[in-house]
Amino acid sequence: MSLLYTTQLTRAFGGVIAVSDVDFAVEKHSITGLIGPNGAGKTTLFNNITGMDVPTSGKVFFKDEEITGMPAHSISRLGIARTFQNIRLFKEMSVLENVMIGRHFKTGKSMTSGRLLNAVRSYISMKGEEKAIYDTSREWLEFFNLDKFRNESARNLPYGSQRELEIARAMATEPELLFLDEPAAGMNPQETDRLMATIRRIREQGVTVLLIEHDMKLVMNICEQITVLNYGKKIASGNPLEIRENPLVIEAYLGKEE
Amino acid sequence: MGSISEFFQHFLNGLTLGGIYALIALGYTMVYGILKFINFAHGEILMIGAYSGLFLFDYFRGDLPYGPLLMIVFFVAMLISMVISAVLGMSIEKIAYKPLRKATRLAPLLSAIGVSFILSNLAAFFWGTKSRKFDYPFDNTAYKIGDVAITPHQILILVVSFLMMVALKLYIDRTRMGKAMRATSLDQDVAALMGINVNQVISLTFAIGSALAATAGILIALDFKVYPTMGAMAGLKAFVAAVVGGIGNITGAMIGGILLGLLETFGVAVLGIPQGLKDTIAFGVLILILLVKPEGLLGKAEREKV
Repeated sequence: MSLLYTTQLTRAFGGVIAVSDVDFAVEKHSITGLIGPNGAGKTTLFNNITGMDVPTSGKVFFKDEEITGMPAHSISRLGIARTFQNIRLFKEMSVLENVMIGRHFKTGKSMTSGRLLNAVRSYISMKGEEKAIYDTSREWLEFFNLDKFRNESARNLPYGSQRELEIARAMATEPELLFLDEPAAGMNPQETDRLMATIRRIREQGVTVLLIEHDMKLVMNICEQITVLNYGKKIASGNPLEIRENPLVIEAYLGKEE
Repeated sequence: MGSISEFFQHFLNGLTLGGIYALIALGYTMVYGILKFINFAHGEILMIGAYSGLFLFDYFRGDLPYGPLLMIVFFVAMLISMVISAVLGMSIEKIAYKPLRKATRLAPLLSAIGVSFILSNLAAFFWGTKSRKFDYPFDNTAYKIGDVAITPHQILILVVSFLMMVALKLYIDRTRMGKAMRATSLDQDVAALMGINVNQVISLTFAIGSALAATAGILIALDFKVYPTMGAMAGLKAFVAAVVGGIGNITGAMIGGILLGLLETFGVAVLGIPQGLKDTIAFGVLILILLVKPEGLLGKAEREKV
């Protein structure tokens, strides 16, 4: 069963059609790759699914419920989380705060109800919900081996750790589906290896992973399913072997052989 | 300077004035922090707050003599006008700013100036341009501590503005909603992806800022009466205070407000700047800050994105 699928999803910016009629699916518990040359519309597709942008036409379904055009915070609460190509942490906040924010708002509860009293109480001693949020956030930091940095300001972290922290923050919202936008960008081979292991561990937690990546070694290594976009259109979809041998894909990446 | 007690007198006067500037400046800075725009109708929200405080107070107090009961009536009137202003602030945002959120940066700014004219003209139309007196809810005879005189009104301003600033700071730093506000001001898109309802945060920001403005309006009105354009100069000065402290920074607005109050008072008292030129101090400071440290005392210099 597909956890997420789109039907004829299209996003046009004026005359430029960034995503065109894309039917795309992510299977539950899979690690799925989304690849394509620069400007193929991969990030636009991410944005249109996560509610950061609204499709021109077409539909998005998550857990068989239509989520097209829903606000980003509602989609987040339904269970989709993401990271960004250019890391977007709350740089002024501490590492721990970044992760705690991911947990604070996952309930649909009104953000103000009964909070003042709670705040006063948590000011005196951390109890109840606040304590639970704190504990789980620490656990997520442990998961990514970032706990030692917890009181650092996020901006002071080394580059690779900032990428990991962004994933940790996304995981703290307890998603069923995690989008990673070029997680290996700028990483050295050792960091990339560690990242691959981390992505597998995330999947073991029961989370479905969809990733955009240019590092083909990573993609071919860990993805079970791959979808290829070129000029906004889906040109292929299948397992790594099929994709590797698909003439359309080879043409898109290497140009046509005469 | 004459003597130590003279210094304390000016310091006290400056602190009171600064407390009021700070209350107003917070509204500017909070909205700027989240929407990156200056709500030029903020001064008029203050004016509406002062009018509603005045009407409510006059309506409820009857023939009550000075005393605790009258003070309660005063605070109730203040509380209700805070709510009225909060609702007004949220409505203005929904009607005049929200539809322009994706427009050029100049559009909401112009819309704000329009709203400010509409509000002050409506006030003049319905309530007249004549200043109305807002009676003290207490006997405003000054107490003497040595040679320093302090009026109950000054005590009221100091207590109210100090309490509100501490409460706001705790709210922003310690509560879930405060965290949502900080996250939204840092990165709206990512905040939404964390499940934060950004529209709700923006509404709340306007509500809090407007309620603080109403409080400031009432505190000013006790000394300077209520009239349709009362918000203009107070608003401009507080805007200067927000810029001086570093616009977008809450603590900066508090410090900027108090600093400006002190500078104005000492400028007149010590440097001998004529009373009539008092207002030029604020704008002189603004120009100086913009030249020397454009990001303000606590503001961060924004790096251009490449």
